[in-house]
Parts: sequence; structure tokens; C-alpha cells
Amino acid sequence: MFENLPLLSLVIWTPILAGLWVLYAGDRQEETVKYFSLAVSILVFVLSILLYVRFDTSSYKFQFVEKALWIDRFDIYYSLGIDGISLPLIMLTSFITMLIVLAAWEIIEKRISQYMAAFLILEGLMNGVFASLDAMLFYFFWEAMLIPMFLIIGIWGGPGRVYATIKFFLYTFLGSVFMLIALLYLYSEAGSFYIPDLHALPLSLTAQKYIFIAFLLAFAVKVPMWPVHTWLPDAHVEAPTGGSVILAAIMLKMGGYGFLRFSLPVVPDASFAFDGLMITLSLIAIVYIGFVALVQQDMKKLIAYSSISHMGFATLGFFVAFSIYHSGNSASGAIMAIEGGMMQMISHGFISAALFLCVGVMYERLHSRQIKDYGGVVNTMPRFAAFMMLFAMANAGLPGTSGFVGEFLVIISSFQASFLIAFLAATILILGAAFTLWMYKRVIFGDIANDKVAELTDITPREGLILGLLAIVILLFGVWPAPIFEVMHPTIEHLFEHMIQTKLG
Amino acid sequence: MNIFDNMEAIYLAIVLAPLTGAIIAGLFGRIVGRNGAHWVTIAGVGIASILSLIAYKHHVFDGAAAYNGAVYTWLSVGNIHFEVGFLVDRLSVTMMVVVTFVSWMIHIYTIGYMHDDLGYQRFFSYMSLFTFFMLMLVMSNNFVQLFFGWEGVGLVSYLLIGFWFKRDKAVFAGLKAFLVNRVGDFGFLLGIAAILMYFNTLDYAEVFQQAPALSTATIEIVAGHDWSLMSFICICLFIGAMGKSAQVPLHVWLPDSMEGPTPISALIHAATMVTAGIFMVARMSPMFELSETALSFVMVIGAVTAISMGLVGLVQNDIKRVIAYSTLSQLGYMTVALGASAYAAAMFHLVTHAFFKALLFLCAGAVIIAMHHEQDMRKMGGLYRYMPITWFTCLIGSLALIGFPGTSGFFSKDAIIEAVYHSNLPVAGFAYYAVLAGVFITALYSFRLFFLTFHGKERLNKHTWEHLHEAPKVITVPLVILAIPSLLAGIFLIGPMLFDGYFMQAIHVASTHDVLAEMGKDYHGVFSFTLHAFKSAPVYLTLAGVVTAWVLYIKFPYMPAILEKRFSLLHKILINKYGFDDFYQVVFARGSREIGRFLWRFGDVRLIDGFFVNGTALTIRWFSSVVRTIQSGYLYDYAFAMILGLLFLLGIFVHGILN
Repeated sequence: MFENLPLLSLVIWTPILAGLWVLYAGDRQEETVKYFSLAVSILVFVLSILLYVRFDTSSYKFQFVEKALWIDRFDIYYSLGIDGISLPLIMLTSFITMLIVLAAWEIIEKRISQYMAAFLILEGLMNGVFASLDAMLFYFFWEAMLIPMFLIIGIWGGPGRVYATIKFFLYTFLGSVFMLIALLYLYSEAGSFYIPDLHALPLSLTAQKYIFIAFLLAFAVKVPMWPVHTWLPDAHVEAPTGGSVILAAIMLKMGGYGFLRFSLPVVPDASFAFDGLMITLSLIAIVYIGFVALVQQDMKKLIAYSSISHMGFATLGFFVAFSIYHSGNSASGAIMAIEGGMMQMISHGFISAALFLCVGVMYERLHSRQIKDYGGVVNTMPRFAAFMMLFAMANAGLPGTSGFVGEFLVIISSFQASFLIAFLAATILILGAAFTLWMYKRVIFGDIANDKVAELTDITPREGLILGLLAIVILLFGVWPAPIFEVMHPTIEHLFEHMIQTKLG
Repeated sequence: MNIFDNMEAIYLAIVLAPLTGAIIAGLFGRIVGRNGAHWVTIAGVGIASILSLIAYKHHVFDGAAAYNGAVYTWLSVGNIHFEVGFLVDRLSVTMMVVVTFVSWMIHIYTIGYMHDDLGYQRFFSYMSLFTFFMLMLVMSNNFVQLFFGWEGVGLVSYLLIGFWFKRDKAVFAGLKAFLVNRVGDFGFLLGIAAILMYFNTLDYAEVFQQAPALSTATIEIVAGHDWSLMSFICICLFIGAMGKSAQVPLHVWLPDSMEGPTPISALIHAATMVTAGIFMVARMSPMFELSETALSFVMVIGAVTAISMGLVGLVQNDIKRVIAYSTLSQLGYMTVALGASAYAAAMFHLVTHAFFKALLFLCAGAVIIAMHHEQDMRKMGGLYRYMPITWFTCLIGSLALIGFPGTSGFFSKDAIIEAVYHSNLPVAGFAYYAVLAGVFITALYSFRLFFLTFHGKERLNKHTWEHLHEAPKVITVPLVILAIPSLLAGIFLIGPMLFDGYFMQAIHVASTHDVLAEMGKDYHGVFSFTLHAFKSAPVYLTLAGVVTAWVLYIKFPYMPAILEKRFSLLHKILINKYGFDDFYQVVFARGSREIGRFLWRFGDVRLIDGFFVNGTALTIRWFSSVVRTIQSGYLYDYAFAMILGLLFLLGIFVHGILN
């Protein structure tokens, strides 16, 4: 039964269509809308689990392939398929969306149906990005995704939301335009938008370099990499909790995904030529941003900066692979770095989501994100404090949590490229612990700081469920990350072969 | 069926029993209640403790071969498999017994000590969790799991120190401990990375097997300089040990950890957690033996710690802090022994120290309860009349600590001093005099504590005096239980542990470094060892220390104040703990905040956002405002522009004709 379901289309279009229906239903049927949205998000998550169950972990080939002609004139196809890189990200997307719908239950007071619709549609579009095998289809999802996100910050955001949304939109849109140009150029060369065709396309080094820079502008903004990161803290601060969660947990991963899907395999020689730059930028992100995070007064800003710092490990892992391979010719070290970067992306999805939800829980009660307005929260919210302790430790990369795995692999493998890289990357051990735990200390520990903190009530069962689910996955993948790696292995090994194979001449 | 047939299940149970207890007490503390929490955790650690004893019998008495096996694959990348598994040999099984036994005693003692605390269940949960991590650390058969346990005990120590989270000082101390340990872990991680790079595996057995072949390998850290790979790896790993085992200059967290609620948590740190670093170096002996540079480094750090921290102990007035500094100093001794390649002696001192230091901490705890949480020794005195059991057990603990002939500490400490004497490392001379001087200092501060607390004038205030009483049974019983091994363990352990190849293959010593074998030649039993000691300096230094303490604090109690004035500079240096704390506070804590503030305010806000991002926006706005003025909407403006344009085109046209 259901053997021939077009699973990928379902994980894309089910939430989008459901979102449209929710828009149509409107706020008149608030309860129905809530339960309907929840049911849809659960259904999509179940479908993504089905994808995992049916996924063949021994193959690097694209699976669950669907293909139909879309725009004949330009050879654009509705072409879907996933491999070991996209599958974990699709699962992450559907998992996080489910939590966001749950989290919105009582927090969002105005236009609840539109809020739910925005997230459902966004979910579909994001799954579309990860599942597209046609570059134009990819670009369509990539840009379409901005619209609901723009609305989420713009409608349900804080007081500075206009500046933040415009900044967010311009930054990311500007980057994407260059990607479009690069894709059009590739089409003119290859006569196809089919991504595997682009992977096989021979290109001169100059052309590769231009394309790499165009891609870099698009992806670096999304990750975000230093110095094009300043939109993120603003967007996070103004976004509602759900928006922050989706932004940190999924949207940032688009950049990393882009590097893996486009930059590395399409222009491998240019990626190699620019690897020094990429490593430098990643290390700046890790160290520089680590220091910046230390002095933030606003919890959301702090976590936003922490995100940038942690995402530095993803880009570091992807690009340090070249020098690992070339310095020792050890493919396994290089693959370890890439897989470490990938693991870091997934784990960061869970941990940043958890931390933003924690801030949301406090914000809802006290309507402040300023660290100084808190203190001694543990006295009134002990269960919440315990959850947040776990997430803080995961953010600090404690072994046994998923946050450790990626950082660990990237650090120990980059040692094979250079001591200095590993040394600088390993400073996260100290900086990450410092900025996370110092915030935790000031917010959670101590005596009750003021009357407002004294009146706080501990988490509700609904909040407990959300945080509990996150706690479980963070611990599970901390003590047993093997399943994620089994999914990734063949794909990343195959990707790596592409990376070290020159496309010149 | 023989119980020993299935050791794997036993090892698993040893680890999982405390974890289960921790989870039940931690997550379901409200359901199981206070009694439930302490029963379930005591049962968990008790099971681990008894099973550890069984494993001990299996390995030490029945002579079973070392067990090395994987439980499951954590993850694998390419041909590298990271596994979770156990290596149980005589070294780890000894640690297992010490860890579980000490932890078990503490659990029982806690029932009495934390009786009225609101966080009762939480405390039991933390302690069991600690036991779990510690066991994972000592039983590990690979570096990843070692690091897991390593950081895990760091986590629990952070939680325990900050247990009373309302106290700002306690929370701060917890954070400090975690961060300082992270600095050590930073080095540790780089060491692991180097191992993976050159050995292509993180499994102990495989690494040790390959180590000799790589003894001459070099690594280029700074361009153009080739360093010995083994020295690099060992020093990196040892930096981790310096954090965990509180060696100078990463020792600063340990004294502050006394902010933790109780002598119990202090004890967890002093008798258990800090031994992790010592254990780790002993475990890595096949690698350390290949690098005399690393061994010398270890020895110098240990010697400096042993003497400098003992000196600070002389000027402390908080009873717990004196013991904390004494711990630092004793850890220095163990580290010196490691440097001298006398790993067995370090482990021996670790074991005896665990007993008598546990005893001393629990005595301090008993005193503190009796004094209504007064910890200042200047407000005590003459307590022996009111708390005879505590007084007597404390005396035994102190004698063991100073190495009074016949006590357990005597054998282990004397062995270390002898070992350093026999060592032929270039730094051994310095280390020898440092540990020798340390003997006198140890005796002085220990009996300063003893006399100030239990003898001399009663300096208590009336309120405390009225409530003064001997501690309840749950507290005194562990005291007595611990006093016995503190007194006797040395006699029974010295022969087998140091000279009879107790650790077998678990510890590897190169024949050129084998100081214990050297000493073994002159070893003819406990009695002659003791007699022989009377012919050497340490015993007299010990006695001199005790006498000095008696003179200064009993006979002429006004003397210390005079000495303080006379040597005010020295006193000030010691009171300020050589300025480490202030230095770190200013340079690292404040310095990194300043860097962060600068990078943020200047880099992000002014430069990137202010100049580039908003600057671009402003430029466009300015440009469009200029362009906009042209589009004025007045007919004559457009007519003027048309005329200009026509003239321009005409000019080009004419220009073209003329050429």
C-alpha cells in the first residue's frame, strides 16, 4: 500500500495547500484552524519519517525522483529527488514546523490563521528547496520562501520590524540575484537546469571563479558568514518566536545546503582556489562573533550571534576538507570535516530552536528580552531552568549532546589541515561556554531579581512537551549520532569525489 | 552459573546503575519523594560499588586478563570508528573501586548533612550523575569516551558548586570552574586531534601499540620548527589534566569550588574528580614514557603546585579552604610522581589520599554543622571536648596527611619523595627539594587547622556554644569507616602496589625511567621501610612542622600576628594567592569582554552596519534625491534639458563632419 505515493510532492504541497485553505478559513474558525494546522504538520512529519524509512542508505543516487515538464521553452522541469544531504534537512524542517505550530497555540493573539498559514506555506517551500533537482525550481522555492518569512517578521514582529524586514529582504534578495545570474550562465553552457547535469559540466577556471563568487554572495548571506551577517541579529530580535526558530533552525541551513549542492560540486576548482578565503571567513565568524556574543544584552541577539559562530563550523568543515585532503591525501579526514559540518547544521537546528523557544517562553511571561530584567528565574521556574540548562550545555558543545558531535569532528579533522585552524576553531570550547553560561547565570541563577520574576509561573504541559521533544533529540543524537551519518555517508563520499575531481579542460 | 562468565554485563551495570538512580531522582524527584530519592541513588551507587568489588576480585585476585570491548558504535566516518566501550584492567578497576566506594559513603553521609535542604533530591541526582560520568571516564577504552566523561564530570561539578544558586558567589565559582576546565579541555582536544591525525584511530590499545613506532615522529606547529610529536601530544593531554587536577596555573577553580554547599561536594571534587587527571596520565603512560620533555614538564608543574599551594594553605582561615589548598598541594605530589615515571606511586597516593582527604572533609563538615555553618577557624577552638569522635578521626586524617610514620599517607608520600630522588630527569633536583619543603609545610598547615579547631582557647560565640554537639550517627559512622583505611591502607598496599607489579600491563614504564624498580631493590617489607624512613629527612621535617604549629598556635598564640607583620609582604602575596585570580579576572574575564565590546560596537555596529549597510542605503537615498531634483515637473526645466541635449547631439554631429 502507498508504494507509489509521490512522497516529495506531498511534503511540499500538502502544507502549502493546507496553508491556503487556512488562509481562506480565516480567524472565524480559530480552534479548527489550530487543530487542522497541527494535524497537517504532524502528517508532514510522518511523511518525512516515511521518507527516512524507505531511504536507501547504501546509495548516493537521488531517490524518490519525480520529473515532469514545467516550462518547455527553457527546459525547466518540475524535478524532485533527495539524497543523504537533503533528507536530514527535510526531516528537520518538518520536525521544527510541528513544534512551531504547537508553540503558537496561545502566544499568537492576532491573526492566528494567517500566522499558521504562513508557517505551513513556508514549510512546503523550504522542503521544496531541499528537494528540487532543477535549478530553476530551486530558485523559485528559494525566493518564494522569502515572502512568508517577510510577512512573519513584518506582521507579528517587534517595534523595529520595518527596518529589520527591509534589511533582511534586501540582504538576501541581493545575494540571490547573483545566484540567478550564475544559474542562467550555467544553463547557457549546459543547456539544462538539471542539477546533476550542472555537476558534470566542464568549466574554465575563470568562469568557475565568477560563478563561485555569485553563489557565495547568495549563500554567505543566508548562512550568514561574516561580514554579511548583520541582518541576522536584527531579524531575530524583531521576529516573533516562531519566526526566530524557523530562521535559525532552517533558513540558515539553506546557505550551507547551497554550498553542498552547488558551490562544491559545480565549481570544485574555484572552491578549492577560494578555500583559504572561506576558511578565514569561517574562523572569523567563530572567534570574532564569539567575542561579540559575549557582550550582548539582549538574549535573542546573543543567541543570534551564537548561531553565526556555530554556523562557522559548518562552512569551515565544508571548505577545510580541501586542505585536509591535499596536505595528507587522507580522504577520510576530509570527509569527516564535511560530515562534521553537516552534523553541525542539523544539531544547530535543534539547539537554536530550543534556545529561541526558551527565550519565547520567558518573553511571553515578562515581555522583555533584556538579560538585566531577569535573574533568579530558577526560583520560580525550576523545570524550565532544567530544560534551559540542557540546551545551554548543548550550545556549549558538551559531549553527550548533539552540539558536541559536529564541532568535535570539524576540530579534530581540521587539525590535519593546520594546527592554527584547529586551534582557532577550538576556542569555541571556551568562548561558547563563556557566552552561553554567563547568560544562563545572569538570567536563571541568583536570587529573585524583581517582582516580575517573582510572579513567573513554570512551563505549561504544552511548553514542556515542545521542550521535551527537543531535549530528547538533542540527547539522542548526542549519544548515538550514527543514524544521521549512515544516511549521509554515500552522498558525502560521492560529493567529495566531485570536489577533488578537476573540471578544467 | 559463574558470575564471572558475563563480565560485560557487569561493567555495563556498574555504569548504568548510578545513571538510573540519577535519572529517577532527578526527573521524578517529586514523585519518589525525599526518601525515595536517597534510596534509589544509594542503591544505584551501592550496586556499582559491589559490582566494582567483584570486578576487582576478578582482575586482581583471580588474575583475569584485561577486558577490552566495545558496547556500540557511536559513529563511524570512513575507516575510523568511534566506539563506546570499556577497558577494564587493574588500573581502571582500582579507580572504579575508589570512585564508587567514596561516592557511596558520600551518598549515605548526605542524608544527614543535607537533611533540611530544599534541593535534597536534586543533590542526590547530581552525585549519582557524577559517579556515572566518572565511571565512564575511568572505564573508557578510547579518547572520545574519555572526553565525554571528562567534560561530564566538569558539568556536574559546575552544577554542584553552584548548587545553592541563590548565592551569587557560588554560581560565580561554578562558572569559573567550568571555564577554567574548558581551558584545559581545549588543550586536551588538540591532543586528541593530533592523535587521530597520526594514529588514525582513537582506540587506546591501537594507539599504545603504534606509539613506539612514532616516538621519533615530529610535528610542525610553527613553520620551520619541528617538535617531537609525542611531546606535543603528551603536553596537550596534560594541559587537560592540569585543568581537571587543578595544577598551577589552572588551579584557581578548586579553592572557589568550596563555595559549593557542603564538604560533600568539596569532597567529590577533592577526592574523586581531581584524580581524573592523575588517572589519565597514568593511563597514557605508554605515550608519556616516550617523551622526557613531557615528563619534565609534568614534574615541574607538579612540584610548583605542591609547594606554592601548600604555602597558601598556611594563611587560610576557612576550614574548608585549608583542606582545599592541601588537596592542591597533594595533587602536586601525585603529579610529581607521574613526572618521575612512578605512576604506581601516584596511583598509590591517589588511593590513600582519597581516604584521608575524604575523612578530613567529612570531619570539617561535622565541625561546620556543629558550629551552625560557621567555617572560620578563628571562631572555633577547644572543640575536642564537645566532639570527641570527630576530634579523634580528624587527628587520624591529619596524621595520614602529613605522612606520620605508619599511616597510609606516610607510605605513599615517602614513596613519591624517594621516586623523585631516584629520577634522572634534569628537573628532578628542583622537584626533590620542592617536595621535601612541602613536607614541612603540609605538617604546619595541617596541625594549624587541627589546633585552631580542636584545641586552644574556645573562641566560639555564645549562640553556637549552646548548640554545640557531636554529629549524628549518619555522619560519625562514615568518619570511623574512613578512618580505618586512612590509618592502615598504606601498610597493606605499599608492597603489592609499588613493587609487585600490581598494575601489570596497565601501566608501562620504560626501563630507563623505572625508579620504582630501583627502589624495589632496597625494599624489604613494610617494617624496614618505616625504619629506614627515620634515617631520612622527611620524618623530621614532619615532626618539625607539627612542633612549629604547636608553638605558634597553642604555646604562643600571639606569635602568628607578629610574624604576619614582620613578613607583611610575603603574607600579602599568600593572602592574594600570588595574584592569579586578580590577573585572570582583569586580563581574561574583563579583557575578553572589552574585546567583544569593541568588535561589536566598532566592527558590527559602526563599520559593517553603519558604514557599509546603512551607508549604502544612505548613498542611494542621496543619489536619488539628487536625481529627483531634475524631475521637477516644471515645463521650463524640461525645455532647458532638451536644449542642452540637442546642443550636445549637434556638437557630436558637427564634430563628426569636421573630422
